[in-house]
Amino acid sequence: MTAAAELMDYDEVISKFDPVLGLEVHVELSTATKMFCGCPVTFGGEPNTQVCPTCLGLPGALPVVNANAVASAIRIGLALNCEIAEWCRFARKNYFYPDMPKNFQTSQYDEPIAFNGWLDVELEDGTVVRVDIERAHMEEDTGKSLHVGGATGRIHGAEHSLLDYNRAGVPLIEIVTKPITGTGARAPEVARAYVTALRDLLRALDVSDVRMDQGSLRCDANVSLMAKDASEFGTRTETKNVNSLRSVERAVRFEMTRQAAVLQAGGRIVQETRHFDESTGSTSSGRAKETSEDYRYFPEPDLVPIAPSREWVEELRQTLPEMPSVRRKRIQAEWNLTDLELRDLLNVGAVDLIAATVDAGASPGEARAWWVSQLAQEANSRGVELADLPITPKQVAEVIKMVASGQLTNKLARSAVEGVLAGEGEPAEVVEKRNLKVVSDESALTAAVDEALAAQPDVLEKIRSGKVAAAGAIVGAVMKATKGQADAKRVRELILERANA
Amino acid sequence: MPTISRDEVAHLARLARLAVTEQELDKFAGQLDIILQSVAQVTEVAADDVPPTSHAVPLTNVFRDDVVRPGLTQQQALSGAPAAEDGRFRVPRILGEEQ
Repeated sequence: MTAAAELMDYDEVISKFDPVLGLEVHVELSTATKMFCGCPVTFGGEPNTQVCPTCLGLPGALPVVNANAVASAIRIGLALNCEIAEWCRFARKNYFYPDMPKNFQTSQYDEPIAFNGWLDVELEDGTVVRVDIERAHMEEDTGKSLHVGGATGRIHGAEHSLLDYNRAGVPLIEIVTKPITGTGARAPEVARAYVTALRDLLRALDVSDVRMDQGSLRCDANVSLMAKDASEFGTRTETKNVNSLRSVERAVRFEMTRQAAVLQAGGRIVQETRHFDESTGSTSSGRAKETSEDYRYFPEPDLVPIAPSREWVEELRQTLPEMPSVRRKRIQAEWNLTDLELRDLLNVGAVDLIAATVDAGASPGEARAWWVSQLAQEANSRGVELADLPITPKQVAEVIKMVASGQLTNKLARSAVEGVLAGEGEPAEVVEKRNLKVVSDESALTAAVDEALAAQPDVLEKIRSGKVAAAGAIVGAVMKATKGQADAKRVRELILERANA
Repeated sequence: MPTISRDEVAHLARLARLAVTEQELDKFAGQLDIILQSVAQVTEVAADDVPPTSHAVPLTNVFRDDVVRPGLTQQQALSGAPAAEDGRFRVPRILGEEQ
C-alpha cells in the first residue's frame, strides 16, 4: 500500500496553476455485428459464445470492415464538426496482453477518419465552452478479463485470469480532444459537461447506447498543471476508465490537487496512467506510459484503405438529427419553460424522455408531471438514471392517454405505472390484470351514491340546504365503496343531482 | 554509420517477446542495418508524386453488410485453448497493467 497522497487546497491550486485537460472518450457502437467480423455485439451473453476465428485471432482468418460502423464513425465526425478524411487506413497497434488474442489491436494511427472538429459545451450557469476535437478514429474493443484468486478480484494478487472474448472486436470510436486550456477553477466541471454533451450527442445520433455503467461509454482524463507564469504545458497523467459523469469531475479535481502538492514540494509529475477509485474519489499510480513508438504501428495489410466518397459523406450529413443543444432551445420555447425549469429537467435527465412522451401523443404538461414526480422519485429510490427505469416514454404516453379519455383516474394511473415498472407488462395489460378500470357504469355509480346519501341523512340535509361543500364526505364514501375506481368529478355531479332530485 | 543500434535491437526484441542472445544481437543489428539501408535507397528513388504504398492492390472501401453470421460455439472456441475454466480462456497470472 502506498501512503495517501498529499493534496493542496483547491483554491490554492487555482491561484498558483492553470489546469490543462485532454479527454479521450471511447464509445462502443450499437451496430448489429463487430468491426471486422459478423459476430453479434449484444451485451451480457454467455462467455465466448459471440466469437469466430477472426475476433479470436486464429491463423488464416481475415477481417472485413463493417460498412455500418464506418457510416457511424463518419456521422459522429460530422456531428462533431470534423473534416472527414478523403482516404485513410487502419493500422496495427502491437502489444502483448491477454485481452487481445491477435496480439495487436486494429486501430487507426496517423490517418483518423475524422479530425479537426469542435463541440460547444454548456455549463450549468449557461456559460458555453468550445472544446476543440483533435480526432475521432475507428478501432475495436478488447476482451474482458476476470482476475481469480486476488482478495478483491483485482489484478494485483490474482493467481490467474479468465478471458471472455465476446467484447473483442466490438466497434469502438475513440474521440480525442485537443488540450483544453483556460478553464481555471471550472476545469472539473468542464470535463464533466463535455462528456455529458458528448453522451447526449451520441444518443441523439443513435449510434451507441452510451451506458457508462456498462462500459459502452468510457472516459480517460489527461490532466496536467502549468505554473501561472509558464509557457509550456506540464507533464500529464492519464486517469483511466472513469465510469460515471460524477467520477469524471471528481477524478480531474483530485488529480489537480494531487499534482499541485507534488509540484509545490519541488517534485516532478511522472507521466503515467492512474486508476480512479470510485469509493475514495482518489487516483493511484498505474504503469509508466510507454511511447507510441513502442506500439510499432504499421498500416494494416489485411484491410484496404477507406476512401469515403464526398457524395456518401453528404448523404450521411443529411441523416444527422437536430443537435441536442438546438433541440433544447426549441423545446424550451415550445413548452414555455424558464431557464431554471429547463435546467431542472436536464439535471434529472428528463428532457429527452418527456420529448419522446410528447412525440408518442401526450401533452407536454402531463408528460412533464409524470417524469419529474412519480418516475423521478422511483429512479431516485432505485438509485438509477431516469432513462434506465423499466418503462418507456411510449408506455407513459399510453397511461396519460387513458387518463385523458377517462378510462383511468390519476390514482389508478399511478397504480398502472407501478405495474409497468414491476414488469407486469404493457399498460393495457396491467390495467386488465390489476382491474384498474374506472367504474363508468352510471347505474352502479348512481346506486353507490344513493346508498351513501341514505347512510348519512344529515349530510344530505346540508347539501339540500345549499352547503355544497358537504358533498365531500359523500364523495369519500362512494370512492371507498368503489375501491377508488370511480371518477371523483362525476361522483360529485351525481351526488348533487341525486340530492336535489 | 549504422542506422540501428544494438540497444534498439534489444529493445525491439523485448517488445516482440523474442529471446535473443548477445551474439544474435550483433548479428541481427548488422542484418537489420542492411535492410534499413535498402529501404532508404527506395526512398531516394520515390519522387514526391509517388504516394507511400502499403497495399499492392488498387482497391478501397471493401465493406461487409452489418449482418450477423454464425460463429463458433463456446466449446469450439475453447477447443484449442491450453486451459479453460467457466467457459473462459484461462491464462497465467498477468504481470503489469491493462492497456
